[in-house]
Amino acid sequence: MPSVKIPKKSTDTDMTPFVDIAFLLLSFFIMATKFKPPEPVKVETPNSVSSDKLKTENSVLITIDNQSKVYVSFGGKTDADKAKINGIITDINASRNLGLTAQEINNFATTPIIGVPFGGLKDLLKRPIQERETIKQPGIPVLDSLTNELVWWIGAAKKAFGGTKLIYLLKGDNTSKYPAFEAVINSLRRNEEFKYFLITGQEGAPAGSELSTMRAKASQGTQ
Amino acid sequence: MASIEGGDGGGGHKKGPGVKKAKKLSTRVDMTPMVDLGFLLITFFIFTATLSTPSTMDLNMPKDTNKDEELNKTKQSGALTIMLGKNNNVYYYEGELSPDASNFKQTTFKGIRDEIIKKKKSVIASYTGNAACEEKARAAGKKDIKYECADEDFVVVIKPMPDATYKNTVDILDEMTINNVKRFAMVKIADSEKELVEATEGPSTGAAATPPAQ
Repeated sequence: MPSVKIPKKSTDTDMTPFVDIAFLLLSFFIMATKFKPPEPVKVETPNSVSSDKLKTENSVLITIDNQSKVYVSFGGKTDADKAKINGIITDINASRNLGLTAQEINNFATTPIIGVPFGGLKDLLKRPIQERETIKQPGIPVLDSLTNELVWWIGAAKKAFGGTKLIYLLKGDNTSKYPAFEAVINSLRRNEEFKYFLITGQEGAPAGSELSTMRAKASQGTQ
Repeated sequence: MASIEGGDGGGGHKKGPGVKKAKKLSTRVDMTPMVDLGFLLITFFIFTATLSTPSTMDLNMPKDTNKDEELNKTKQSGALTIMLGKNNNVYYYEGELSPDASNFKQTTFKGIRDEIIKKKKSVIASYTGNAACEEKARAAGKKDIKYECADEDFVVVIKPMPDATYKNTVDILDEMTINNVKRFAMVKIADSEKELVEATEGPSTGAAATPPAQ
């Protein structure tokens, strides 16, 4: 008796295209990921509900570490920015009589972060680059308004960048104490700068709060 | 058969009984573990790529001024003063601090949100009308004029102690955003308030005994 034979199909699927796509994606992400450069100062930032993105062009980054020590660094990638950054140190050198050599002034741009009082600046800048990246720095004195050196740094940066609007980024550690933060704010205020950006991690607006209802309304409005 | 060849038991020879025929292995490789690993790496890179972008929070400070007309006036009835102590303690009082400190209360960062909301609601409830503000809102083309102006008198004054951490400061500023507090100020703590906080939690050990002059 003839009967219809159902061909037995294999349950195996060919995974090759799947693997192809997977590894294509993998190589894309590996190439696209920019790893964070090693930080000379480790800072754990607090979280906030703010969702504004960080901008780093023409920025002055003021870092407060977990021992409330204050550091400053200047952002800039182009050659014009580098010249301006050189302008900062030249200005500081002249106004504070530091007696830096040309080599030491050049070293300034490659120093990732500055956290020494003016007195220790020459000693820091004459070191080779590896040491400048890893050396423990005592922090810029800020707490006493008479010897607040951050005021000078910001003043020099403002002068060197001329008409360009500088962005002041504040990056504080969770456990750093309030007086350091207040002193940083005060040194900015003494330079007539009143707008700052605090670098934070991100977190969602708590459910049921006024902000979350406002955001929900706003997103409905755009749809 | 003494012939020596490259490999003994080679293909063409006749085998004796009991010698197994070489099994033909499948050329297919099980790719499942490889795919597993691939996707694990993909997830890892996706997460690290997006999570490392930090966000920023705006902070605008007022310019110091001595001119009376530039100063913002606040009504005592609408003010909520928040003090940040050590170990994430929060202290607050509504309106003016009474001489016997009876309205000086302690809470935590969890509890302060409810206090802010409560105070805001009570300020809005006692709103009787503010002609100047309503005029301004109307000129700006705002729809809900009452909503714009009802919390005009609500002001939060933030006074961190030297022992408060930076996280506390950011958290309380965040709380202002969360609860849509339009007017708030960060002010240096007064000695009387400092003493009250210290009486509750012991003397402060903050790094700066003399905070910089404003």
